[in-house]
Amino acid sequence: MTENSNRMVTIYVMGKKHTVPADLTIMKAMEYAGHQFKRGAGCRGGFCGACATIYRKKGSYKLQGALACQKMVEDGMYIAQIPFSPAEKKSYNLDDLKPDASTFLEQYPEIARCLACNTCTKACPQDLQVMDIVQAALRGDITTTAKLSFDCLSCGLCAVRCPAEIVPYNIGQLARRMYSKYIVGPTEHVEQRVKEVEDGKFDEELNKLKAIDKPSLKKLYDTRDMEA
Amino acid sequence: MNIAYYPGCTLKTTAKEFDISTKAAAKALGINLVELSRWNCCGTVHALAKDDVMHHLAPLRNLLRVEEAQQSGIVDEKKVVALCAMCYNTLKRSNQAFNADADKAGKVRESMNNEANVYSGQVEVEHLLETLRTQGWDKVQARVKKPLKGLKVAPYYGCLLLRPRGIGVDNADNPRIFEDLLVSLGAEVVDFGYKQKCCGSYNTVHMVDVVADLSNRILSQAQAAGADVVATACPLCEYNLGNRQIEVTKKYPKFYSIPIVYFTQLMALAFGLGEDETALGMNKPDPRPLLREKGLI
Amino acid sequence: MSSEKQGLVLHPSPSNKIFRDRVKELSGEKVELCFQCGACSSGCPMTQEMDYLPSKVIRMVQLGLEEALDSKTIWVCTTCFNCEVRCPRGIDVANVMESLRQLILRKKYDRIVLDELSDEQLRELPQVAIISSLRKLTA
Repeated sequence: MTENSNRMVTIYVMGKKHTVPADLTIMKAMEYAGHQFKRGAGCRGGFCGACATIYRKKGSYKLQGALACQKMVEDGMYIAQIPFSPAEKKSYNLDDLKPDASTFLEQYPEIARCLACNTCTKACPQDLQVMDIVQAALRGDITTTAKLSFDCLSCGLCAVRCPAEIVPYNIGQLARRMYSKYIVGPTEHVEQRVKEVEDGKFDEELNKLKAIDKPSLKKLYDTRDMEA
Repeated sequence: MNIAYYPGCTLKTTAKEFDISTKAAAKALGINLVELSRWNCCGTVHALAKDDVMHHLAPLRNLLRVEEAQQSGIVDEKKVVALCAMCYNTLKRSNQAFNADADKAGKVRESMNNEANVYSGQVEVEHLLETLRTQGWDKVQARVKKPLKGLKVAPYYGCLLLRPRGIGVDNADNPRIFEDLLVSLGAEVVDFGYKQKCCGSYNTVHMVDVVADLSNRILSQAQAAGADVVATACPLCEYNLGNRQIEVTKKYPKFYSIPIVYFTQLMALAFGLGEDETALGMNKPDPRPLLREKGLI
Repeated sequence: MSSEKQGLVLHPSPSNKIFRDRVKELSGEKVELCFQCGACSSGCPMTQEMDYLPSKVIRMVQLGLEEALDSKTIWVCTTCFNCEVRCPRGIDVANVMESLRQLILRKKYDRIVLDELSDEQLRELPQVAIISSLRKLTA
């Protein structure tokens, strides 16, 4: 327990007031208060984007976005969850796409409505430059779009706030896929290794290990000098 | 001289020939156009409603980038050169609105408050034609290696380069700037009555028929005046007068094709630059057969 | 005075004034200055597609007639500003057209339905056409 373990804060979950320990994340605090998550919880590790949350602090007009599993509670937080942001991910066959600007417009023409207002960037819990992601797509710069959106979790907070009704995470995903397929290309070292395995390069070593007795195997394991 | 350059989305995607030829022609004149980093779509067209703040963010954010570039020494002045007439108009008008209305400027600054810097309103928006005029047509002429002799060019201004009053690169009633450029390139200027008539603009999306009518009128006038080729400064005009000739021919079978080029392509051609710089293979319809006929390529 | 010839009979109501004032507020234009010279209409490239001439629409705004909002005119205007340049009284007619459009667009009306644009259109059209048409004609 931290030195803050006795300190309690007041939060409002969908309008209802709760008093919760100060050293909890929003997610833990909501569970402490008795909420049971059926939606809006996933990996609990800041990686899946399921727990998208919006909140305001007492006395501030700012509407902020966060991940419930990562953000610590603060006194006077008014919280609501967005477990799902409605968006259509277009069906496309990656093999049929041309890696250029027109592809973004074909799949997601609403990006032409981008106002460069930066609301998406303000909403992002991962501190990504979301506006730059959409703008790079408008310019046809697949590489920049892909790289800037690398840490995107598709949590949907940008999509629910965008005044032009764009879904930025779909743009990032399309860019990353095209980047991998058309710009980076096939991973030679993986293909090489697969071929080596199929050619039986590692068969002898593998068979030796399979035939070894248990104490010898344990000894090999205990004296290993490389992890995993 | 390092000047900030704002290409706009279209020059990077469907009108690459405009971007390519611009950079080449400017370089040949000793104008180093430095493309702004992190520029965003200008959000054309200018938002006219008096209460609008949101639609000014996109253009003004670009002007902030210009200031930042100047402050970090990447460019020499708080000036940006635009090529696409629509981008030029949108950037300039938003700049004017920002400077004319302190209340609106305050709201814009507030909305851009997570930028590292605050826009001062002091950036000057210029079209390349203005830059050339300021430098002097004699400088353009001095750089010409292959004068466009015998090429009859009809300069098509379109709307947003000249209008509204106070924004235009020249007098809206009797502009000369485009003609002066063409003369300095050695071309024969063909004046025609519809050089400022609207091409139909964004109606090309859903009212193609109307654009076909307007194009037909404009191009037929240019042809009647004896033009070999029409020169323009706007990718939307180029599309409506160029690509849309397919629709014009369908509706008006007697119409015959005339090539449309960007003025920077003519500059690059006159400066003796190669086909990678003039990028003439990207225009529709193809201007090369005519230019070959004239002995210019 | 004989009333055999029936013209337009006006019964101004408060809503007329509200409409006119709203258009003036949104555009910032002094529509009362217009004296119907018709210069704007003669320079307009789109009149053959219009139901009311631009000068007539200004007249309707002057009189506070909301029928102006039902016209086809406001939707075919290309904001080329030919009218603004020609007006001897300095009225930006294109700006007034924009205000009339805004009054409708702000009520969630889309003149162009983005979802109906085909893939081919989205690929072929210059980007500036898509951007500007959505800016002008969608909510």
